[in-house]
Amino acid sequence: MPDSSPSLPPDRSETVFEDFKPAYDEKQALVEANRCLYCFDAPCQTACPTHIDIAGFIRKIATGNTRGSAKTILDSNILGMSCARVCPVEVLCVGECVHNHQDVPPIAIGKLQRYATDKALEEGWQFFEAGAPTGKRVALIGGGPASLAAAHQLRRYGHGVTIFEARERLGGLNTNGVAPYKLRADDALAEVDYVLAIGGIEVQTGVAVGGPGGSSFADLERDYDAIFLGIGLGADSVMKVPGADLAGIHGAVAFIEAFKTGTVDLEGVTHAAVIGGGNTAVDCVRELLGLGVPCVQMVYRGDEAGMSGYEHEWDEAKIEGAQAVWRAMPLAFEGAGRVAGVRCAALDDQKKPTGREFTVPAALVLLAIGQSKLGALVAGLPGIALNNGRIVVDEGGATGRSRYYAGGDCANGGKEVVNAVAEGKAAANTIHHHLTNGRE
Amino acid sequence: MADLRANTGGIRSPNPFWLASAPPTNSGDQIKRAFDAGWGGAVWKTLGSPIQNVSSRFGALNFRGTRAVGFNNIELITDRPLEVNFREIVDVKKHYPDNAVIVSLMVETEEEWRDIIKRSIDAGADGLELNFGCPHGMCERGMGSAVGQEPKINERITSWAVGYSTVPVLVKLTPNVSDILPHGRAAQRGGAHGVSLINTIKSIIGVDIDRFVLEPRVAGLSTNGGYCGAAVKPIALHMVAQLARDHEFQLPISGIGGISNWRDAVEFLLLGSSSVQVCTEVMLRGYRVVEDMIEGLNTYMDEKGIANLDGLVGKAIPSYSEWGNLDLNYDTVAKINPSSCIGCQLCMVACMDGAHQCIHPNPDGTRVPFVDESECVGCNLCQIVCPVPGCITLEEVKDRLPPASWNDHVEHGAALREKKGVH
Repeated sequence: MPDSSPSLPPDRSETVFEDFKPAYDEKQALVEANRCLYCFDAPCQTACPTHIDIAGFIRKIATGNTRGSAKTILDSNILGMSCARVCPVEVLCVGECVHNHQDVPPIAIGKLQRYATDKALEEGWQFFEAGAPTGKRVALIGGGPASLAAAHQLRRYGHGVTIFEARERLGGLNTNGVAPYKLRADDALAEVDYVLAIGGIEVQTGVAVGGPGGSSFADLERDYDAIFLGIGLGADSVMKVPGADLAGIHGAVAFIEAFKTGTVDLEGVTHAAVIGGGNTAVDCVRELLGLGVPCVQMVYRGDEAGMSGYEHEWDEAKIEGAQAVWRAMPLAFEGAGRVAGVRCAALDDQKKPTGREFTVPAALVLLAIGQSKLGALVAGLPGIALNNGRIVVDEGGATGRSRYYAGGDCANGGKEVVNAVAEGKAAANTIHHHLTNGRE
Repeated sequence: MADLRANTGGIRSPNPFWLASAPPTNSGDQIKRAFDAGWGGAVWKTLGSPIQNVSSRFGALNFRGTRAVGFNNIELITDRPLEVNFREIVDVKKHYPDNAVIVSLMVETEEEWRDIIKRSIDAGADGLELNFGCPHGMCERGMGSAVGQEPKINERITSWAVGYSTVPVLVKLTPNVSDILPHGRAAQRGGAHGVSLINTIKSIIGVDIDRFVLEPRVAGLSTNGGYCGAAVKPIALHMVAQLARDHEFQLPISGIGGISNWRDAVEFLLLGSSSVQVCTEVMLRGYRVVEDMIEGLNTYMDEKGIANLDGLVGKAIPSYSEWGNLDLNYDTVAKINPSSCIGCQLCMVACMDGAHQCIHPNPDGTRVPFVDESECVGCNLCQIVCPVPGCITLEEVKDRLPPASWNDHVEHGAALREKKGVH
């Protein structure tokens, strides 16, 4: 199997986390699989962005056809192993399970999918072969889930592909950004290797397209028949308030990457604050608690009902000890050299300041208020339209510029891994259609 | 509290729940524990010339994650010395005088029958059960089902046994026959006081697909065994009912075959059994299951206002008729309750692929399927696959033609309704 990336340090901070949804063993999987009703035109399948035949793969687990089960999953979603772990199944497939309608616990689809796909990776089962060479070449910019899914699908069609990744390692947020109690970086890289094992996926890491030493878009247009943009999102947004340059204030995504691929030192940090109310903020709260910070408070402008983070994940966070400061707007970061607290204005129901101010103690502050959009990188390419920084694509992933396609966070603004996979695969199908002049 | 006392051919027990002759009745200690748990009677594991058993004796049929919906065995009759068994029978009867102890027997010659019957009665047996049913092993030696499949031999040995016995004699019948009636009638002609059925069904429970050997595997070989457990109940119910409704056959019946709970027992009672025998469920769950059997039957009878077992035995037999007498103008259609439907659409795919193509996606876009009643034949398949109890009902169509059976139609030209589902 090709070695996609430099090895990860074994003592990196994320290794303290255990799976928040432990893997099934065989007997558990069989009990759960046999509870599945095998619905016709199953709602869970409709709810999955990659439309995995869920009832079908679960039935195969129940009959002991685990190999066939894994193939069913991976045929629809080659990143089925990571999706099994990181998907918010509660609001996707599991949320649509018909058992919910009769107040019976829904089928643990994610855990069953993990059971089958873990086995496929452990055993090295390979189900898909590269198609006969077509002579066509596709460049994929960005090495995250969207590009990986697109590259694999294009190889099945027989097209040549090259992935250009600015970081040292492939996998995108699966490697660098997903909460480690869902998916650890080493597992993400194992999946990358599994995807690459189809063969013929060239990889260039450590050099940014359009950057110093990297290919230009003109180079790619000359050397490739199609270009897929899977460039994700940019750097964490910052807060332009007094004290923003104090030590101990980090962007959330950058901080997560630091402890997933290396180590962070939280010695002496007894209080931390996470600014934001979305899923990244909730992840950060749980991660800091897991890394040993005793008091972690989420500071959010709205209230609990208004936060955009998933309710089921925030419920888990609370069980783990999370606290929140609702209706609070940071005004300034206080401290001498290093941050010591977040000065906040209290807000009313309309998110207007009430006039009251207070300080949330924090020797560490993570900013989870969004990431910049990278659309500007391609803004100079005539035909590519941007909407609020996102690359505008049609249903098949085509941009307004000939031979350019896009998918994943750079096009959808930041959704789930499974959305990136679905969009990457859809774009690959569109690319194949175009490269074969619509004959296939 | 209903009166649960049972009497089958003069064998009386405080309730109709007996342990069948099988591993759970192998020894006195076991039967004492069973009586302590509440079992009304026990049929002692078949006595005869003690045999040598094989290692690896049982196999099971699992289905969709449920273990042992069917079961089989290649174990033979008792492998313990006769004098030990008789000593234990004496001890059990001494401590449990009110519980029925029936001794199952299987020997070859008339002298052997005479001898073992005398010893059994001397030990205190309340009744005897002649094992003419075992479909494996013993039949190769001319006993068990080899006897039960030959009405003349059945009758002759039964008459020997009845002649030598001073207690009631039940004949245990084998289901490994094309028609049970000649065999029940043969037992009656032989003078039996009752019959018990069914014994196990000749079967291969499964094949080890890694070794290419039948199960249960004895080294590199196996053999056909006796099939039992929940899955055989429908076969047993049919054979019991065949005898119960036969005008010539008049003997009491002890029903056996897949009885796992009080509901199963009620079905056997309604089809003419005056007691029931249980083995597999006890092998799978232990003697304690009888507690719910007794309580469940009691509650059921109280709720129905039935005072004693006579109010149940055979009460469903009048409903057992010939196909030619069924009303062809009776018409039911499936109704799906939209408020309890969970949208699994199993009814729809079952109807489309396995029945008569009358359940369709709902044109209103919801996942509650639509039943085309003009095409619905009332086959029940949708109701059978529906995972929600009570969601699908089959309701009778009103304003239909007068009842008319096939026989009515052939004999008197009775009018039949237009066929449905023949698109």
